[in-house]
Amino acid sequence: MKKLSSAQVNAFNMTTRELSCKLREIVADGSERIEIHNTCGQRYIGTGLGAVQLDIYGTPGNDLGAFMDGAEITVHGNAQDGCGNTMNAGKIIIHGNAGDTLGLSARDGKVFVKGNVGYRTGIHMKEYHAQKPVIIIGGTAQDFFGEYMAGGILVLLGLNLQEGERQKANFIGTGMHGGVIYVRGKVEDFQLGKELGTADLNEEDYDALGKIVNEFASYFGHDAQEILKCKFTKLYPLYLRPYGKLYAY
Amino acid sequence: MKKLDKINNFYNDDKVIDACSIFGMMDTSGKCFSGKDIIKAIANMHDRGNGLGGGFAVYGLYPQYADFYAFHIMYFNHESRARLETYLEEHFYMLRAEEVPTNPTPNILKPPLVWRYFLKVRGGENSEQRQQDDYVVEKVMDINTRAKDAFVFSSGKNMAVFKGVGYPEEIAEYFCLEQYEGYLWTAHGRFPTNTPGWWGGAHPFNILDWTVVHNGEISSYGINRRYLEQFGYNCTMQTDTEVVAYAVDLLARKHGFPMEIIAKILAAPLWSEISRLPEKKQKMFRTLRQVYGSLLLNGPFTVIIAHQGEMVGLTDRIRLRPLVVGTKDSMLYLSSEESAIRLVCPHLDDARIPMGGEPVIGSLQNPLNSRKTAIQDPQSKTGEK
Repeated sequence: MKKLSSAQVNAFNMTTRELSCKLREIVADGSERIEIHNTCGQRYIGTGLGAVQLDIYGTPGNDLGAFMDGAEITVHGNAQDGCGNTMNAGKIIIHGNAGDTLGLSARDGKVFVKGNVGYRTGIHMKEYHAQKPVIIIGGTAQDFFGEYMAGGILVLLGLNLQEGERQKANFIGTGMHGGVIYVRGKVEDFQLGKELGTADLNEEDYDALGKIVNEFASYFGHDAQEILKCKFTKLYPLYLRPYGKLYAY
Repeated sequence: MKKLDKINNFYNDDKVIDACSIFGMMDTSGKCFSGKDIIKAIANMHDRGNGLGGGFAVYGLYPQYADFYAFHIMYFNHESRARLETYLEEHFYMLRAEEVPTNPTPNILKPPLVWRYFLKVRGGENSEQRQQDDYVVEKVMDINTRAKDAFVFSSGKNMAVFKGVGYPEEIAEYFCLEQYEGYLWTAHGRFPTNTPGWWGGAHPFNILDWTVVHNGEISSYGINRRYLEQFGYNCTMQTDTEVVAYAVDLLARKHGFPMEIIAKILAAPLWSEISRLPEKKQKMFRTLRQVYGSLLLNGPFTVIIAHQGEMVGLTDRIRLRPLVVGTKDSMLYLSSEESAIRLVCPHLDDARIPMGGEPVIGSLQNPLNSRKTAIQDPQSKTGEK
């Protein structure tokens, strides 16, 4: 394998704009792998950088990887709100928790979260032909998981739940009208949006899920087979336009 | 007023993305510390505000006058000060009056005169605390509705609000906040949406020792305001957040509710959630919603409410604004963004995002290092089991 030319940035005391300019400069100079240290709240990291590898230490700010097009970001810590906003291609691997609206409006690419996520994960994610975003959460999610989801795949593992404990999120998939959600373990009917159907996974589902879980396990040192042993529920939209009668006239 | 495009849009971006920033830190063991860290933390969220409002609340900074109501008053001219000081002399025993020390700061333009007074209710030794507090609320309302070019923006004991038009770090520099020490600090960087950015409209909002900083917008303001008027609270600051300060004074001080219950009035659980609770709890939450429906806060909000010995973080029940909680030994941190906490305390014991409508409470009564009860478990209060 060809060795990537790499660079390091100390983001201490840098503003969002300063860091962003610095990163673009480094990429323009031909670096393909960048380590960012002492990150503290700078926004939009990874935006407009193309297919580079970023290793982020510290706490990156909101909209990490927004509109990202092919970068691979590894966060060695927690991510804040709006991570993966409208991303078009690439990967975000978070070795911690993520905040609210993770992967909002994503068009493609993959997000892997080791820990928990906040409200409205995957809100209005979409897909078109081969473009199919994937978000997988190792821990638990808060409410409105997959709200207004229009495409792509969401996976919620809940690996930190006790045996038999139900998932924590309520209003899962409210307004969902495309894509699919796979939930591991127990989830009650009242936790689901009114627009969802539930089903057992078929072979095709297990095929898709297996690939995602395998990749997830490889990043965070889990045993994929162990994770897949547990029962999963498939959540899918019952209607293409759930609010067609409500808002249209 | 400042020219918005100049301070907020150096680069002529075609879109400006802003939101308020809030931060709170408390040493639940009661140890006092300077404003250095909170200034650093709120400045880290500089981009969320636009320089049209910044402010801080500090608790425990006047131990030598702990029994005196510390009135902080803004004046727009000297005449109004002379008039109001006569009024204060008539209605209070005044131990001390002084101008609040300030430091010329380039971006703080046209500041008002800011004075502080250490006051006791005349003849108050013989009356109960509650009566004295009522008297103070009445006088603050009287001043803020009637006095010309003057208003009280801080009126509690052993606490103070410092606020104005500017970025929070500029306001801190202007009021020399690094020189004060308190065990509880809250801060706010403002991005005014519906109301003007003026000195009185900056956060925190205060009555007695209650303060509130807020990110969001309270669309029930009209209903809340009319309800509070029945109890003698008049809104004069032209900002929605003001109602929260008066609501907690009414609910906590006058009606005697603890913060856990007040949170369930301001951010009442959804009816669907109530219907899944055990019978007894259902009854309680229904009753609260029925009796205090007019104090339900509608719209997106995150607030940090503080008073003597207690700091509370609360979001609306579907969490439309962010709140991150960090703990380290006896310290409790509340912030709009985790990075601001990590900047001043990199190695937290715990960082988490509470559920919408669930209060996070730090209290001197339950110091954090004996941490079993000081922080609410997200699920325990509504008991969804």
